[in-house]
Amino acid sequence: MKSKTMKGSRAARPGNSVLGKGAATAFLSPSLIFIGIFLLIPAFWTLYLGLTDYKLVGIEALNPSFVGIDNFTKALNDPQFLSSLKLTIIYVLGSAIFGQALLGFILAWVLNELSPRIRNIVELIVIFAWIVPGSVVAFLWFAFFNNEEGTLNAILGVNIDWLLDYPMLSIIIFNIWRGTAFSMLLFSAAIASIPKSHIEVARVAGASKMQQLRNIVLPSARSYILTNLLLITLWTFNDFGPYLLTGGGPGGETQILPIFIYDSALRYLDFGYGSAIAAIMLFLNLVISLIVLRMSRKGKK
Amino acid sequence: MRLFGKQIQLQDKRRIDERTKVEKVSTLAFVLLAVSFFAIPLMWLVLAPFDSDPTFRIKWPNWGLGNFSEMAENPYAYRSLMNSAIFSAGSGLAVILVGAPASYVLSRIKFAGRDAFLYILLLFSSIVTGSAAMVPLFLLSLRLNLIDTYQGVVLVLTGGLIPAAIFILKDFTDSIPKSYEESAQIFGASSFRILKDVVTPIIRPGLAVIFVWSFVQAWGNFLAPFILIRDINKQPAAVMMYSFYNDGGQAVFRTVAAFSLIYTIPVLAMYFYVNKKYGFRFYGGIKG
Amino acid sequence: MRNTLSVRTSSRTFKAVLGASLAGALLVSVVPSASAATGSVGGTCVKVGAKAKVGKIKVECKSVSGKKIWTDTKVYNVSISANAILGGKNNQTATWIQNYVIPQFELSNAEKGKQVNVSFTPAGIDDNQFKTQLALDLASKRGPDVMALDGFWVAEFAEAGYIKPLESVVGAKAVNAWEGWKQIPASVQGVMSYGGKNYGVPQGTDGRIIYFNKKLFADAGLPTNWQPKSWAELLTAANTIKTKTPSVMPLQLNAGDGMGEATAMQGFLNLLGGAGSLIYDGKTKKWTGNTKAVRDMLGFYDSVYNKDKVGNSDWQLLAGENGRNESFKAFAEGKLAMIIEGDYLWRGVINPVSGNFKMADRNTNVGFAMIPAQTAKSGVNGQSFMSMSGGSGYALNPNSANKSTAWELLQFINAKEPVSSFMAIGGAVRISQRQDVNTAVLKSDPCLKFVFEKAIPNTFFRPASVNYNAVSVLLQKATTSIVQGKSVAETAAAYETALKDLVGAANVASN
Repeated sequence: MKSKTMKGSRAARPGNSVLGKGAATAFLSPSLIFIGIFLLIPAFWTLYLGLTDYKLVGIEALNPSFVGIDNFTKALNDPQFLSSLKLTIIYVLGSAIFGQALLGFILAWVLNELSPRIRNIVELIVIFAWIVPGSVVAFLWFAFFNNEEGTLNAILGVNIDWLLDYPMLSIIIFNIWRGTAFSMLLFSAAIASIPKSHIEVARVAGASKMQQLRNIVLPSARSYILTNLLLITLWTFNDFGPYLLTGGGPGGETQILPIFIYDSALRYLDFGYGSAIAAIMLFLNLVISLIVLRMSRKGKK
Repeated sequence: MRLFGKQIQLQDKRRIDERTKVEKVSTLAFVLLAVSFFAIPLMWLVLAPFDSDPTFRIKWPNWGLGNFSEMAENPYAYRSLMNSAIFSAGSGLAVILVGAPASYVLSRIKFAGRDAFLYILLLFSSIVTGSAAMVPLFLLSLRLNLIDTYQGVVLVLTGGLIPAAIFILKDFTDSIPKSYEESAQIFGASSFRILKDVVTPIIRPGLAVIFVWSFVQAWGNFLAPFILIRDINKQPAAVMMYSFYNDGGQAVFRTVAAFSLIYTIPVLAMYFYVNKKYGFRFYGGIKG
Repeated sequence: MRNTLSVRTSSRTFKAVLGASLAGALLVSVVPSASAATGSVGGTCVKVGAKAKVGKIKVECKSVSGKKIWTDTKVYNVSISANAILGGKNNQTATWIQNYVIPQFELSNAEKGKQVNVSFTPAGIDDNQFKTQLALDLASKRGPDVMALDGFWVAEFAEAGYIKPLESVVGAKAVNAWEGWKQIPASVQGVMSYGGKNYGVPQGTDGRIIYFNKKLFADAGLPTNWQPKSWAELLTAANTIKTKTPSVMPLQLNAGDGMGEATAMQGFLNLLGGAGSLIYDGKTKKWTGNTKAVRDMLGFYDSVYNKDKVGNSDWQLLAGENGRNESFKAFAEGKLAMIIEGDYLWRGVINPVSGNFKMADRNTNVGFAMIPAQTAKSGVNGQSFMSMSGGSGYALNPNSANKSTAWELLQFINAKEPVSSFMAIGGAVRISQRQDVNTAVLKSDPCLKFVFEKAIPNTFFRPASVNYNAVSVLLQKATTSIVQGKSVAETAAAYETALKDLVGAANVASN
């Protein structure tokens, strides 16, 4: 372990710390001012635009008017939005929860028992996929999925146009590849934080791998799992990556919400509607996080 | 009885041995499969830049460095990488400067709604990094005189990154026992001294990880410079990637392949360095 | 001491952008070279700099016998922008602006004793992204003084007040005084006009025709001087090819929203027109909804992609430019018999010298035909053949600080010699906005001659309306549905519902 983790010593008992009230304020206020200007102002401004018919071109650019919840009622009656919503949920469940989180956990669990050298190599490759810039990634995956020249077809010996025939599956696989590293890293830390002796005791007592997992690893990694689920659902919900592969197509079959918003904004320059959709997305994220938190409380009991 | 018991133990041992053998083989198979899954799409990036006639096909290249000299003829390619470095390093530093003190305070002082506060910031960041926020971000930067400046892009990027950075850094700080700070306090050190000489060295790995994370996010970001920068000499690589198309709207594969590799190496190198020096790990522990 | 003035301005004012490109050497032959010193008011000005390097050319002026060089001490700064960049997207335009327009315009002003400093803001991004950037700038009263605009953005930008009619920017007198208008046909001026007013000057136009592979036609027993007179004849030819030579893809008719405006320009707009209807009726001010023309148009798509299966459905559904590129590639390789495209296909895509998909036998093996109406005389205005034209141009920023210099620059880039020099870069001859240039340049090119003489007289421009863009996307999506196998009736009905939502039921015509 190169990292200087204090294993298992989650000793921080937040309470009256060494920080006095004055020092705390001094530390916190520059951050709060910054957050106010560069996070809260643009965020509230965007939410406000969602209540107008503002467009960047045309007559509405000159004279935008306040339309209340019109954009929201329009969205709820817009079959494209509703299908987009459904696709997003499939995308998040498939690529983030069952994909990144599960694969990331298994990788972390398996790698934990391998020699450090193998472990380093595997981690490097997984992380590589995560840090390659997005515009480069698009070329890599065109090369992978391409019908005539693609690597996947060459390996499987088939002739399938993946992005056309299985668009949703393709972007889910793509996003698992792209984002698993974060979950893997987080879960490695979780597993590393479990005292080795606990697992040792269980093993001597004859507990199977599954039992060890259920009785020791999962309970101690609970807070990590929670952090992970919250962050990756949020990130995946806002992930624009598939646009570079499918452009939302064919025929809107991969038009997840971030792509829907991008189209509203950059194709139609309709920022009123786009902002309203962004607000709906914010609300959905909130609901999901509440569900995750609730589930975790249940798990705790 | 004793003999009997021993027999059972032996049987058990054999069973356990067999189990571990099966486990080992399946583990190995899984690791191999996973490695291929992650590595195969990356092969294009390793081979195509050195192929004199790159296509989407992954093939043994017709080796040569011609693609790189062709790329070097593009008047904006190298410059854009410099710009990316400025945006990314700037964002990394700004995220640390703004995020570290905040996450430390949030870790050490408990107040009502602290976690909710953090989570709401996180939700807002999802709006600010999306394309719907383009107009507000542009107009905000306009009013602050930040259009066409490096600072503007750095500040806007930092605004989007800061909630997740605080979120992760706070978890990291939580995992460090308070006893160090408390003993320093007993010796009469001021809050600032404690932060500088006691806390910072301990959380340095966490800061390094967040720096790399922010750097990587900024490195690939298209939207912020696209909205805020007009001067082509200030555009980063993420925007310049879009210009490697010929008059017919076709990607110029030779330039794209070479540039892709050169564009990727700095972030990869940075990861190597930080991983070697501090270990690249995230920490997560929100208390639900 | 006055001599130092020139040094200062030449290093600062005429600062050139770095860069290198293939066209440098070519340009020198067009641009009078450094030796062509010209006498100016009180001295001489010359172009200096590396001949072969783009953007290295500067203008320097020397005072003769201590006379004043500049009759006007003010420096006029103007900027010009386009989605063009050296070594990348629209390289031709970027090269022309940086190596011809800027030094030449600065020189011609220097001769008059006026110090002009032109800066170019290049960009190399997706067109929609460029449009967004420009709109953000104009909305905040910034942006370049002279800007390239796609013709079909004019209505939206005009409605938003981002651009104004030329006469209200620089005055009707100045606008009408320009000799160039006489050279630009009224229909072509329409590319950059809205509500009957000119918002800019177009940069040229294009037309749509059917290209066919003569060898593949001969293989299938079809005539090589083919010209269909109805949709039925077009389908018959396609079916003949399908039966006689099954390995050949008969027809490419752009479809689907993935291809964006290409589906409108090369696809449904020609068909709608051929069925007797425009997408927007300027007289009744109604958009065409679920009408017979729309159903016939969708029915033709249905025949091509579902009933007769004479087109490749996959190409239509691929993201972005990928599908169109597949069709280009197939045509260049002799695997596709017919393709409906603009003249861009000929001069750009399959150009045997510079194309992306070089077609070695282009000059001998490609035939041209006009796009037929549904039946003879069934088209709009009783036409038997159809074409669509588009184009882009340059407009002035109404908030420019130097409006009159900007207008001078706009006139300059549309004058005869600069337009001819644009054509000369990379040999990319195209149909220009100017008749005098066209008559001189087009006669040597069989395809451009055909488009100019046969297609342009039958051509239509897209309606100058803020809603056009969004309505076009609805029809693009309707063609996607057809390709994906939905029925014509269902698709047309869904289109009309969406159209009514967009423009209001009162503004939709249906029958």
